[in-house]
Amino acid sequence: MTNFNEERMQPWRVELRNSMKPKDRMEIARVKMPELDPEYRSHTMKEEVNLGLTPEMALMESKRCIDCANPTCVQGCPVAINIPKFIKNIERGEFLEAAKTLKETSVLPAVCGRVCPQEKQCEAQCIHLKTKNEAVAIGHLERFAADYERETGNISIPEIAAPLHKKVAAVGSGPAGLAFAGDMAKMGYEVVLFEALHEIGGVLRYGIPEFRLPNKIVDAEIRNLIAMGVHFVTNCIIGKTITIDDLLAEDYKGIFIGSGAGLPRFMNIKGENLVGIMSSNEYLTRVNLMDAANPESDTPVIKGKKVAVIGGGNTAMDAVRTARRLGAEKAMIVYRRTEQEMPARVEEIKHAKEEGIEFMTLRNPIEYYGDKNGRVTHMLLQVMELGEPDASGRRSPVEVKGKTELVEVDEVIVSVGVSPNPLIPQSVKGLEVTGRGTLVVNEETMQTSIPYIFAGGDIVRGGATVILAMGDGRKAAKGMNEWIRSFT
Amino acid sequence: MNKIVSKEYLSPNVVKFEVEAPLIAKARKAGHFVIVRVGEKGERIPLTIADANTEKGTITLIVQKIGLSTSKLCELNEGDCITDLVGPLGKATHIDNFGTVVCACGGVGTAPMLPIAEAMKKAGNHVITVLAARTKELIILEEQMRKFSDEVIIMTDDGSYGNKGLVTDGVEMVIKRQKVDLCVTIGPAIMMKFVSELTKRYDIPTIASLNTIMVDGTGMCGACRISVGGKTKFVCVDGPEFDAHQVDFDEMLIRLNGYKDIEREQLHKISPNN
Ligand SMILES: Cc1cc2nc3c(=O)[nH]c(=O)nc-3n(C[C@H](O)[C@H](O)[C@H](O)COP(=O)(O)OP(=O)(O)OC[C@H]3O[C@@H](n4cnc5c(N)ncnc54)[C@H](O)[C@@H]3O)c2cc1C
Ligand SMILES: Cc1cc2nc3c(=O)[nH]c(=O)nc-3n(C[C@H](O)[C@H](O)[C@H](O)COP(=O)(O)OP(=O)(O)OC[C@H]3O[C@@H](n4cnc5c(N)ncnc54)[C@H](O)[C@@H]3O)c2cc1C
Ligand code: SF4
Ligand code: FES
Repeated sequence: MTNFNEERMQPWRVELRNSMKPKDRMEIARVKMPELDPEYRSHTMKEEVNLGLTPEMALMESKRCIDCANPTCVQGCPVAINIPKFIKNIERGEFLEAAKTLKETSVLPAVCGRVCPQEKQCEAQCIHLKTKNEAVAIGHLERFAADYERETGNISIPEIAAPLHKKVAAVGSGPAGLAFAGDMAKMGYEVVLFEALHEIGGVLRYGIPEFRLPNKIVDAEIRNLIAMGVHFVTNCIIGKTITIDDLLAEDYKGIFIGSGAGLPRFMNIKGENLVGIMSSNEYLTRVNLMDAANPESDTPVIKGKKVAVIGGGNTAMDAVRTARRLGAEKAMIVYRRTEQEMPARVEEIKHAKEEGIEFMTLRNPIEYYGDKNGRVTHMLLQVMELGEPDASGRRSPVEVKGKTELVEVDEVIVSVGVSPNPLIPQSVKGLEVTGRGTLVVNEETMQTSIPYIFAGGDIVRGGATVILAMGDGRKAAKGMNEWIRSFT
Repeated sequence: MNKIVSKEYLSPNVVKFEVEAPLIAKARKAGHFVIVRVGEKGERIPLTIADANTEKGTITLIVQKIGLSTSKLCELNEGDCITDLVGPLGKATHIDNFGTVVCACGGVGTAPMLPIAEAMKKAGNHVITVLAARTKELIILEEQMRKFSDEVIIMTDDGSYGNKGLVTDGVEMVIKRQKVDLCVTIGPAIMMKFVSELTKRYDIPTIASLNTIMVDGTGMCGACRISVGGKTKFVCVDGPEFDAHQVDFDEMLIRLNGYKDIEREQLHKISPNN
């Protein structure tokens, strides 16, 4: 492992640190991410909203980091990226070195720099916050370094160890599976990754829209893995097309399950099966995976004019902003708590508001009504208020008795959470599963109750984050490698 | 990419394909289906696995042209490749020796019925198949069905072949004649609704295989959801077969038409005069 302090005392770091007083560093204002104009972008499907920092902006922002002796930001990062080291590399103009630093720990920095909830992780622990300053824009800088490496064509293929002639399988091509595959390939394993859908990337492909995470970024990561020798098999469902037992029979030494939490939840209220009401998974899959907004695509999508999205997470924000881009005149978020409790990234909420999304908080749908053709026309909302904090510390919403509102809608997208994909847990005997349907693993090694099966990402955590899924994939690779070596 | 090894027209709008898919051929059971996609901008559509040949590593699909995606598929020829094909999906049919089984199918419901009739026959059942269509030309798979049925009753709306009448008339004829232990019905939703209402009156257990709209086919989207016994079920993972007497067919009919306007518009892509 990297020794943070030793690296911090390298001459170039010391010199750089001393080249500017901390007080001066702290006086620089936080960089503003250049963005597409909100009016323009709410009519364009695929253009990314955030345009990325220019080198000048990145340099200036990197100066704000005072290179703390005890970098608390690192503790805030779920995978403990050496944040000061990559930022100081940007400051001395070594952008590729910065990208390399990120890759010591993260295999998807261009993705995480875009989608991590930084304000709850690294940036929440930044020293600047203690002095009532704005945190260093760690996420923006991470994205800058990773993009710089990719756009200048300098992505380095990691060194691959001599082939071990041992096969391992990964199930699911989301961030967990991709990270696992990359690390195992580096160690010299023959890696085959199986994906149920016709495209690679998991939620990064079918869920998160291009205006937030362009496909070309996911594509670049996949090209990288292919160059490293990872073999991808699409249209193959483990447990259906082939079973875990089939894999064992084909001499796979270990199997990693990264099958995600892809099952949509509904609220089971009256009228929820009317035409025009669907899960955010269906809506986003149609638009992202199937490209349904493109006239060339054969997959249809309903383009509502008055669209309500139920929920307050990233998925809800993605759905409502997609609806806006597809021509919704009124695009609404309906959330049963207040904006403070919304799980979505702060930046997504800000962007949504700029794009004219209406926020109907402290509201919960209790029934839908339709016309004679069974198409949804109205939703009945129960007005809520916040009660006492619950076990998780969140104040739970309670009904305001007798207070309801009837709102006109022609499309409703239900985004109230997902459950773990039951296919693998159900099809493998002896696999220990929690009451919530997630797989039980050893937290250090990610090994399940069946020794040759490891797991990580949303199938272990329920709906979580990209960075955690990625981290799990890496931990599992380490765990599986040690396990395989223990008997061969 | 899955190669088409043979193509045969069963009627002007019904095509039988044999497609390379060795893993699926091995894993599939009666009642399973696949999702296929034709072309890079293609839609994912579900099709029943009508038959499989594990030695050749092929599966048989029987496709009725009804809209854009089925038409695109039917335009493919021997030697062409289907862009994507995934499966087997859904739950396999519960096959047992029930006694006398009536298979009531209409139109393209015949294709998915074929492997079920075969499995029921092999399990020792007395299989009576009621094959229905609007008119003689639309009756498909009669010969194959005869192979797996002890009796085949043909019904046409216009009486141009077999008996004149609806599928329900044929089923009721059998029920009145002899003891029926199980009815299996596959066809247009409206047909299954009426078969279900009929057998409910006679208290005959009935299974319907539902052909809802699907996207992923793996339980991920909920496009295929319907109400069974007042509970929401996903046809692709909980089905496609359900206790017909519990299915809310009216809701299903409405949901099937959810994208009708857009679909009609899309058909212009292949034939502007539609
Ligand atoms: C719309 C949306 C927006 C989000 N926004 C953010 C965000 O801004 N920031 C953030 O950090 N997180 C976000 N998340 C959450 C994040 O995407 C997930 O936590 C993460 O993708 C989980 O990764 P994973 O690898 O565990 O699984 P997934 O990404 O879900 O991938 C699982 C893959 O496994 C495949 N699969 C499942 N079963 C099988 C099988 N039996 N055989 C073969 N393949 C199988 C699936 O098809 C899928 O492709 C968002 C999620 C959604 C849905
Ligand atoms: C589990 C399952 C198994 C199936 N097996 C077969 C099979 O073996 N052979 C076969 O030919 N078809 C089968 N189908 C039906 C087939 O999937 C649809 O016909 C196809 O999706 C229609 O696509 P399209 O683009 O050609 O038509 P669309 O343009 O999508 O539809 C044209 C018209 O058909 C209606 N329609 C749309 N989807 C369906 C549907 N699923 N069922 C009935 N009507 C529909 C629409 O309302 C529309 O009016 C099956 C469906 C399911 C769910
Ligand atoms: S990966 Fe996420 S938490 Fe870690 S430094 Fe980057 S943005 Fe912060
Ligand atoms: S088709 Fe998507 S859940 Fe059934």
